[in-house]
Amino acid sequence: MNIRTLTFKGGTHPPHSKKATEKLLVEKANSPRVIVIPMQQHIGAPCEPIVKVGDEVKLGQKIGEAKGFVSSPVHSSVSGKVVAIEARLYSGGGKVTCIVIESDMEDTLYEGIVPKGRLEQLSADHIKTIIKEAGIVGMGGAAFPTHVKLSPPPGKKVDTIVLNGAECEPYLTSDHRLMLEHPEKVVFGLQALMKSMGVSKGYIGIENNKPDAIEALFNAAKAAPEIEVVGLRTKYPQGAEKQLIYACTKRQVPSGGLPADVGVVVNNVGTAAVIADAIRTGMPLVERIVTITGKGVKTPKNLLVKIGTSFRDVIEQCGGLTDSIGKIISGGPMMGIAQFSLDVPVVKGTSGILILSEAEARLPEPSNCIRCGKCVDVCPINLMPINLSAYALQDKFEQAESHHALDCIECGSCSFVCPAKRPLVDSIRVAKREIMAKRRKSQLAQNK
Amino acid sequence: MESRKYVVSSSPHIRSGESTKRIMLDVVIALLPALIAGVWYFGLNALLITIVAVLSAVAAEAAMQSIMKRPITVNDLSAVVTGILVAFNVPPTAPLWMVSIGSIFAIAIVKQCFGGVGHNFINPALAARAMLLASWPQKMTAWITPGIDAITTTTPLALAKGTEVVGQPLPSIMDLFVGNVGGCIGETSAALLLLGGLYLMLRGVINYRVPASFIGTVGILAFLFSGLDMNMAVYHIFAGGLFLGAFFMATDYSSSPMTAKGQIIMGIGCGVITAVIRFYGGYPEGVSYSILLMNVATPLIDRYTMPKKFGEVKKSA
Repeated sequence: MNIRTLTFKGGTHPPHSKKATEKLLVEKANSPRVIVIPMQQHIGAPCEPIVKVGDEVKLGQKIGEAKGFVSSPVHSSVSGKVVAIEARLYSGGGKVTCIVIESDMEDTLYEGIVPKGRLEQLSADHIKTIIKEAGIVGMGGAAFPTHVKLSPPPGKKVDTIVLNGAECEPYLTSDHRLMLEHPEKVVFGLQALMKSMGVSKGYIGIENNKPDAIEALFNAAKAAPEIEVVGLRTKYPQGAEKQLIYACTKRQVPSGGLPADVGVVVNNVGTAAVIADAIRTGMPLVERIVTITGKGVKTPKNLLVKIGTSFRDVIEQCGGLTDSIGKIISGGPMMGIAQFSLDVPVVKGTSGILILSEAEARLPEPSNCIRCGKCVDVCPINLMPINLSAYALQDKFEQAESHHALDCIECGSCSFVCPAKRPLVDSIRVAKREIMAKRRKSQLAQNK
Repeated sequence: MESRKYVVSSSPHIRSGESTKRIMLDVVIALLPALIAGVWYFGLNALLITIVAVLSAVAAEAAMQSIMKRPITVNDLSAVVTGILVAFNVPPTAPLWMVSIGSIFAIAIVKQCFGGVGHNFINPALAARAMLLASWPQKMTAWITPGIDAITTTTPLALAKGTEVVGQPLPSIMDLFVGNVGGCIGETSAALLLLGGLYLMLRGVINYRVPASFIGTVGILAFLFSGLDMNMAVYHIFAGGLFLGAFFMATDYSSSPMTAKGQIIMGIGCGVITAVIRFYGGYPEGVSYSILLMNVATPLIDRYTMPKKFGEVKKSA
């Protein structure tokens, strides 16, 4: 096995914390009695419900229609009866319209779910349509609609597809287990993606703290010379899109640009696997692997969970919570979103549920910046977080803008390393929001 | 479970184990070997001076912070580091009151008046050394030979320069390396300072850029200025306060550049000024002034050495 090990400049080394679940087989979670399916699980326009309260729905049936191109339809993950359509809490923050379905526990399959045929017989456009109709979005967490990525603006020639199997977030092992247990799905999904864009080069990038996953995919891709499996140095944020592209192809996505500007499209390995399912069985995206872990949960697990299952149900299947709970996080510890309620559903982008103990969740007291420069060393974009943060705190947003605040990918490496425990990325986020608000304002003024 | 409240904050949700205190503790640990050398060569008086310097620094920090109604942060150990460095920069014969004034000046004026830790624009201990040297020039240059029968002597650099002839031969390079020569309490043992410096690098507290470029530049220039005398180059590397300055003072976070390029410029700049002062200046030693001069250039260096941002490339179709 001849594997190259690649990386990018900068980055940091948070403890992996993956031991609890990395060796655990993915178990199928119990089917919940009630599911809550948000109409917005993706970046873009929310869906519109196409069922009414009282309707009977089946497993895999489309219940929310995408509104607009940057949007993605949603499907029922059980068979049963729609009991409510109302605004409910969701893990991205705030409330969105959700379809609440009471399951009949039969999982009766929707009639439209049929295999789509052999990959060789499918046209590029057909594959894109399958992906779009299956409601497939980026499974890494950001949940950007996949079909949009596959349709770059005219004039941009994409020649490479990179699959992201870095899983650089500590604690999470859902992608790792997927790559170990279903490497052939990942390879098939990548081949489908490549065919849909007429691309002849594919990479699968995996951090080298997962040698078993590298080996599994290397073997699964043996018959596909157009696919190269590459090892990535274990370093956060190795799975960040621009850093991953740089590691694999040595191309730098220009500031403010898209991966397509350098001829690359990146997808998560989980996305590739659901694409494989959508083509081979016709099943839309209705379930995903979720890592439930952290000191706050009694029995950490990797579970295959139906979309719409509440965090509460999922955690109960892991033995419940321990006595000392400080924080509930949807996603990983570096970029995940803290939740104030367990009554939020698992959605397409929920890669993990991390429960930190009270001691782990205690917020550190920030002190004077000592100008150690560690934030400058770790920034994967080569920004100077110390300066950006200072500008933000002094309301000098123009200066923050001219020092490229908008290029910040909010990976949190700077806040993580800061010995003075300063919330650097928080203040840069504030600066970014202010800059964007100002831009929108001046754009509105121009359009008048 | 319903009444339970969870912490909600923005990511990242985990932080590294590093802290200001841990960094300062590492610096203290790294300075210990050189302190032991100072006590070994110059007697218990060196230890007493160090204790007085540290206590004065900590007391000055606490006093200034309570006067200015700021949180008292002597726990972060940064004042301890400054105190040790002040002691390291005075001769073993220095009177205790003078050392105490040095520490108080370093902390109260140079550090706290400018905003406390992270805000001093020059190295506090070196500023104190410069102030003491200007105020009490004889007391600051009253050197003694190492050992119990300590007699008045001069520093190896002064001997090399030939400004003060007291009829002593140049010490051997081995004596310079282990520190068996006259000089300030903490500067004589290049070997043990190097040990401390390597520890700091290993712990990730400092990096090689400033020390390597500083010491390298001094070595090269000493070689050139002495008429291509290799022996003189090595002599200048181990003599005086170069190792103390290069590893522990030119690397001071607050007063040295943060960018990689800037740190190299800092080191080279310090090296050039040191060598010029040593060979052509009025003083035998130039390490402290070189660092102070580069300290004030730091904001400028940082501004012009900003790293090239990822993605700062021409847009290609």
